[in-house]
Amino acid sequence: MTKKRYEKPIILKQHSGMMNKFGSTQTFRPITKIDDVEIDSLTEKFGSPLFVFSEKQIREKYRKLNKIFKTRYPKVRFAWSYKTNYLSAICSIYHQEGSWAEVVSEFEYDKARDLGVKGENIIFNGPFKSESALEKAIREKALIHIDHFDELYSIMEITEKIDLTANVAIRVNMDTGIYPPWNRFGFNYENGEAMLALKRIIHDERLELKGLHTHIGTYIMSAEPYRQATLKLVDLAKEIYDNYNVRLEYIDLGGGFPSNNTLKGQYLEAEQLLPTYEDYADAITSALFELNLPSDELPVLTLETGRALIDDSGYLITSVFATKRLSTGKQALIMDAGVNYLFTSYWFNHKVVPTKEISGFTENTIVYGPLCMNIDVIRDDVVLPVMHKGDKLVVLYVGAYSVTQWMQFISLRPNVVLITEEGDVELIRAAETNENITEQERLPEKLSDFTLTD
Amino acid sequence: MSEYKISDNLAVSESGFLFMANSGESFTVNETGRFIINNLKENKSEEEILSLLTNEFDIDIDTAQRDFDEFLTLLRNLKLVEEL
Repeated sequence: MTKKRYEKPIILKQHSGMMNKFGSTQTFRPITKIDDVEIDSLTEKFGSPLFVFSEKQIREKYRKLNKIFKTRYPKVRFAWSYKTNYLSAICSIYHQEGSWAEVVSEFEYDKARDLGVKGENIIFNGPFKSESALEKAIREKALIHIDHFDELYSIMEITEKIDLTANVAIRVNMDTGIYPPWNRFGFNYENGEAMLALKRIIHDERLELKGLHTHIGTYIMSAEPYRQATLKLVDLAKEIYDNYNVRLEYIDLGGGFPSNNTLKGQYLEAEQLLPTYEDYADAITSALFELNLPSDELPVLTLETGRALIDDSGYLITSVFATKRLSTGKQALIMDAGVNYLFTSYWFNHKVVPTKEISGFTENTIVYGPLCMNIDVIRDDVVLPVMHKGDKLVVLYVGAYSVTQWMQFISLRPNVVLITEEGDVELIRAAETNENITEQERLPEKLSDFTLTD
Repeated sequence: MSEYKISDNLAVSESGFLFMANSGESFTVNETGRFIINNLKENKSEEEILSLLTNEFDIDIDTAQRDFDEFLTLLRNLKLVEEL
């Protein structure tokens, strides 16, 4: 006799009159495959937890966004934001698509160079560029986006010392109507600081002013601030041309477009709340046309989009290590991946989906990671089916920042694989070993021997 | 003989809907939960219920025991069962 499929017994109290006022429905379509590759086969070969990236989805998203902007503006350039995800394989996909590199540290700069990106195709951002990094970037003709006056003076000194010119732009911060305003980075527009910096650059014969840059924030849920930001950069560009006859090669609007992830505190899911990418593109490109220039004289629109490009193409497969009931009766899961691999779960309610067909009986669940710390919570309240030890969940939209901000804390970081367009599964970052971690340590001789108490 | 007593006021429907006649509270259970509650109402012992459960469903005895214990905790929290 064939036995019935088993599901852990569960009972739930019904609360009448306490419906969610938004009436959202929780439906579960289990994810059993990623790009036609069975999740079970992935974990059998590469273990759990496991980060999975889809080359097909990465390229499709890039081409979609590229098309949205290029059908609205004649000159568009994307520069891949290394800090969002600097795994070599991921960066190389974007470079194959034509993206330049956008880096914010010497480590990232060197990584881009090692991957074969020429200095002249690197945008060097950030508030902390060492003298050695600046000199390298100047020699290799990288585009240096200056963040503050001290950096500007350093570049002046270096160019004089090595008798070379530097390709520069400035980062501009401004009031775009969003709160809190990002005024930490760059030169302020409203108080005239940005214009002052531009004058200093224009008057220095060793500095070549190539563009203007801003990055108004992250996960910006409205298109209007981009229009405001673009208009202010356009205003600066006009002033530079009118007063100094300097025509800019590009205007860089940075990044900050949201992904499908839902921020904590948002009632509605991101998909229901956010403007379309077309809205963002309309806001930026329509403002650029305020330059009133013929098409061939328009500056290149540069975008450093990171999260919006990669987030949806990254998955984290994680397994239920144990289930338990809290004293309230709530289902609690202890997973083999926690905030050590998903730093982003501090501000996103990551979507978690089972990998098996379920009966439809669901309950509010708390999803913990494996760390012996109270803050290690992937989701504090998510509706999930009854889960068993060994079951798997897929955390969606984890392509951005996860594998750059993850921590090596009390355990080793897992494998990362790429499902190629051809359907092959390639290991793109091997799981760490104890040796990887301890090889950097040095044990003083006098500490190499000890006797423990009885 | 069961070691636990399910409240006499608890009505269990075929679809897994439970109604507590004296308090007006209602609950839902899944198929295995209903299976256990119905057997508890028939005064079956824990051992008997586990045996029936493993015969009926594709599950090993150790997992069934663990899940039974957890389910009993839920029933206790909801004040639907008392130990004899």
